[in-house]
Amino acid sequence: MKSRTRNYLAASASAATAASILAASSAQSAELTLCWAAWDPANALVELSKDFEAQSGHKMSFEFVPWPNFADRMLNELNSAGQLCDLMIGDSQWIGGSAESGHYVKLNDFFAAQGIDMADFIPATVTGYAEWPKGTPNYWALPAFGDVVGWTYRKDWFSRPDLQAEFQAKHGRALDAPKTLEELKQVAEFFQGREIDGKTVYGASIYTERGSEGITMGVTNALYNYGFQYGNPANPYELEGFVNSADAVAGLEFYKSLYDCCTPPGSSDWYMSENIDAYKSGQVAMQMNFAFIWPGVHADPNVGGDRSGYFPNPAGPNGHFAQLGGQGISVVSYSDNQEAALEYIKWFAQPAVQQRWWEMGGYSALRAVVEDPSFATSQPYAQTFLDSMAIVKDFWAEPAYASLLLAMQDRVHNYVVAGNGTAKEALDGLVQDWIEVFKDEGKL
Amino acid sequence: MSATSPTEPGARLKLVSGLLVGLYALITLLPLLWIIATGFKSSADAIAYPPKLVFEPTLEGYVNLFTTQTRQTPEMLAADPPTTWYERIVSEKGMVIAGPSRFGERFLNSIIIGFGSTFLSVFLGTLAAYAFSRYRVPLKDDLLFFILSTRMMPPIAVAIPIFLMFRTIGLSDTHAGMILLYTAVNLSLAVWLLKGFIDEIPREYEEAALIDGYSRFHAFVKVVLPQAATGIASTAIFCLIFAWNEYAFAVLLTSGTAQTAPPFIPTIIGVGGRDWPAVAAGATLFLLPVMVFTILLRKHLLRGITFGAVRK
Amino acid sequence: MPETVIERAAAATPAQIARPLRSLSDRALAWIFIAPTIFLLLAVNIFPLIWTIRLSFTNFRANRPNAEVQFVGLENYRRILTDPDVWATMQVTAHFLIATLVLQVVIGFALAWLINQKFRGNDLWTTIIVLPMMLSPAVVGNFWTFLYQPQIGLFNAAVSFFTGGDPAGFSMIGEVALAPWAIVIVDTWMWTPFVMLICLAGLRSIPQSIYEAAECDRASKWRQFVTITLPMVLPFLMLAVLFRGIENFKMFDLVVQLTGGGPGSTTELTSITLKREAFEKWRTGYASAYAIILFVAVFGISSIYVKALNKVKAR
Repeated sequence: MKSRTRNYLAASASAATAASILAASSAQSAELTLCWAAWDPANALVELSKDFEAQSGHKMSFEFVPWPNFADRMLNELNSAGQLCDLMIGDSQWIGGSAESGHYVKLNDFFAAQGIDMADFIPATVTGYAEWPKGTPNYWALPAFGDVVGWTYRKDWFSRPDLQAEFQAKHGRALDAPKTLEELKQVAEFFQGREIDGKTVYGASIYTERGSEGITMGVTNALYNYGFQYGNPANPYELEGFVNSADAVAGLEFYKSLYDCCTPPGSSDWYMSENIDAYKSGQVAMQMNFAFIWPGVHADPNVGGDRSGYFPNPAGPNGHFAQLGGQGISVVSYSDNQEAALEYIKWFAQPAVQQRWWEMGGYSALRAVVEDPSFATSQPYAQTFLDSMAIVKDFWAEPAYASLLLAMQDRVHNYVVAGNGTAKEALDGLVQDWIEVFKDEGKL
Repeated sequence: MSATSPTEPGARLKLVSGLLVGLYALITLLPLLWIIATGFKSSADAIAYPPKLVFEPTLEGYVNLFTTQTRQTPEMLAADPPTTWYERIVSEKGMVIAGPSRFGERFLNSIIIGFGSTFLSVFLGTLAAYAFSRYRVPLKDDLLFFILSTRMMPPIAVAIPIFLMFRTIGLSDTHAGMILLYTAVNLSLAVWLLKGFIDEIPREYEEAALIDGYSRFHAFVKVVLPQAATGIASTAIFCLIFAWNEYAFAVLLTSGTAQTAPPFIPTIIGVGGRDWPAVAAGATLFLLPVMVFTILLRKHLLRGITFGAVRK
Repeated sequence: MPETVIERAAAATPAQIARPLRSLSDRALAWIFIAPTIFLLLAVNIFPLIWTIRLSFTNFRANRPNAEVQFVGLENYRRILTDPDVWATMQVTAHFLIATLVLQVVIGFALAWLINQKFRGNDLWTTIIVLPMMLSPAVVGNFWTFLYQPQIGLFNAAVSFFTGGDPAGFSMIGEVALAPWAIVIVDTWMWTPFVMLICLAGLRSIPQSIYEAAECDRASKWRQFVTITLPMVLPFLMLAVLFRGIENFKMFDLVVQLTGGGPGSTTELTSITLKREAFEKWRTGYASAYAIILFVAVFGISSIYVKALNKVKAR
């Protein structure tokens, strides 16, 4: 096993090896545990990290938890002052709480000493993954994995002449990747219940998951673009009329109508992996999902290669945004191996390692990588990734983010999936819930 | 009872009863058989429509269960062909094995915590049960009732203060913490069961030993323990099954070091999407010992479950 | 837990056999034997309970160890008892309890009665029926989500085989109307054998002589069933209901794996709400109050129930 890996690293002639400046002699060898979600990029990171192990003499060990349990498990770990994780690739919304409760080590001095400049990273990822409070130069993480909600579609189905003609006749435009949310719904309706190759297929799979963060990560893609705002731009905690504005209500109604008309039966509690399954098994024409899945889709034997295409979240009547995903990598303050953990971050921040990270399916947030002229054409989804990262918006990153998130999960899921009440009632209720949270926080 | 007894059920009634019970037993068994079968399916067969009853068995699920895999380019795969059977299985899907998965460790944790807490509960429980059985302990009944009533608390409710306590004294995510916790949860049950068994042992045996010059402790070890052996064993089985199956405490109080299999198995996930054969493989390895155990030890177990209700 | 109530209910106070302690060493030995158990139970059961009560009067949050903790009096209790969502989850829990108890009692008793006809091999079949209750609810519940998948799931395939419907036409854990039944079905599959075993013990405790006497009086089989079997098994049945009731009131692992409380809040049992408050929103003080309310409720209801049970037994 070991030798196979080394062969591979040698064969791939990783530039990272050559560029390495880390000396194994400088520190005692430690065993570092890195915690992250269990998903494709994490497995790629295991492979990538072998290079770090070889150079530093430290041993890497990994703790990966699937998304539906990730926040629960890891926040529990941090809140119990656990020493399991030396390095945490924590979700973007945790940054506020983790900074204020002292779970993460502040990295400003380290960045300054090592010459790591946040200006070298995509600005949205620095704001989203590293800063707290937002908009101030206080860094608690290094942007590690850029991610954003986008869409995948069955290019092979879209390009069938018979379907092309039928769609043209019906809607007066070509059957293509939709540019607006309305168009998306038309396309989804067009495919819903259609027989393709003897199988009934459905329009789109979208996020509906209730337990963790799923439906919120999905519905925001409609809400933002219809005009939902988290609060008054002048006064972030003034919610009334922004969270539940008429535009926001229209956005929520749109998401419900999409759920009602165009999703596979039984997709009432779906998140990333269920959407992938539905797409790969040929059930749906389009799927909403974070960009991390694209390398896997592209490589898939059934739907990969030319059979799939990618497009950013379509615009709505009042804006064009996409829900930010992605994570920064932080050093856990309870760790006994902080020195070695910082070494890892230093190694990881190198351009050569970041380049290799991208090649292995990890979305680098380093500008040198993504702004390289060859980047956009390096993979069929690279341009879509860039376009999507340009329009990102994130959920609250407040210390009380979990209470805010769970309230939104309940309100939205109850309306969209369970069909209780109206969109207006759901958002009015959400305003009440959030006001209560902020009152408990002493922010109102 | 003679065959001619008027209360003996008729042959036809017996046949019908047997058929109905047999049918129910088969329905009960079906989901369990399906778990075992799914563990030997390929990913494609596992999610086939309609569900496949006949399939070509593969060990793919078990390989996925025990390994972590990464996707690789075809060039890279060709440059470094697989050498073992399990590498071949992985390679056919365009992946390489990056390392072992965490399943082995979690399974081992289940064994350590399960047997550790069982040993401790039975050990402490036997001592306490003996004392409760043979001595007048002040407030005995009230004390026991109060201790037992805490088991009416939902485990999540109990977990709130335990979480804080473990955090304060550094027992979070440790084997010792979980062993202590499961011991405490099992102990009240163990004391009750064991007290019943020890009550049934005639006191005359010990008294004879005492007259022969044994000390009280000696008499306990030499006379009472051997007599109570069966009771101790069946108590141990109950404690072990509880600790083996427990989920709520484990999911809240453990993480990477001391996590047991029940919170881990549901989080097994493949590369891109849920890997049901691997989940089923993990579930099979975890559940099968209990099933076999239950069938082998059915006489003692079935008696134990209703022990309280039928206790004379 | 079960044994306590059985013990109480059985009302058969163990004969006071403890003889006067004559030697000091005996007394010392007794305390040495009991002390570790008492200590552990105090540390892991009683002390935390007291701590929970204390926390329930504060606004403490376990994820903000540095924040100032304020005493809020009965505010947490007021908020919980006036929150309609809390009452909604109580209702969901009550429906779950009633449905599972009725099904398990009916099926469990029927099975016990059939098994008591002493056909050949009843021992083996009994063991097979008992298997599910020995297994880890979390692991099994998780796999049931696979059996419940539309199209590819075994459950849907089986239902469509017998009804001729479309196996993709319904989703047991996805639909608001079906999800409450999805958890009831799995719980019944797992725990009917428990009720069955207790009923069986009840049936086997009835002396044959009573039936023989009834035969002599030419009482019909049905009459024997109504006047002998049912009344004699009733205390056992009531015990089974009590245990299952308490266990299902605490239900967490199985349902959290099956539905996580969804869709909507249709399967959100009280334990799931409690977990979200305590370990996701980290409102520790609030969750502590919630825990105390649940404890008082279950303790109160089961105490009343045990009284009723003792009356039945006394008859």
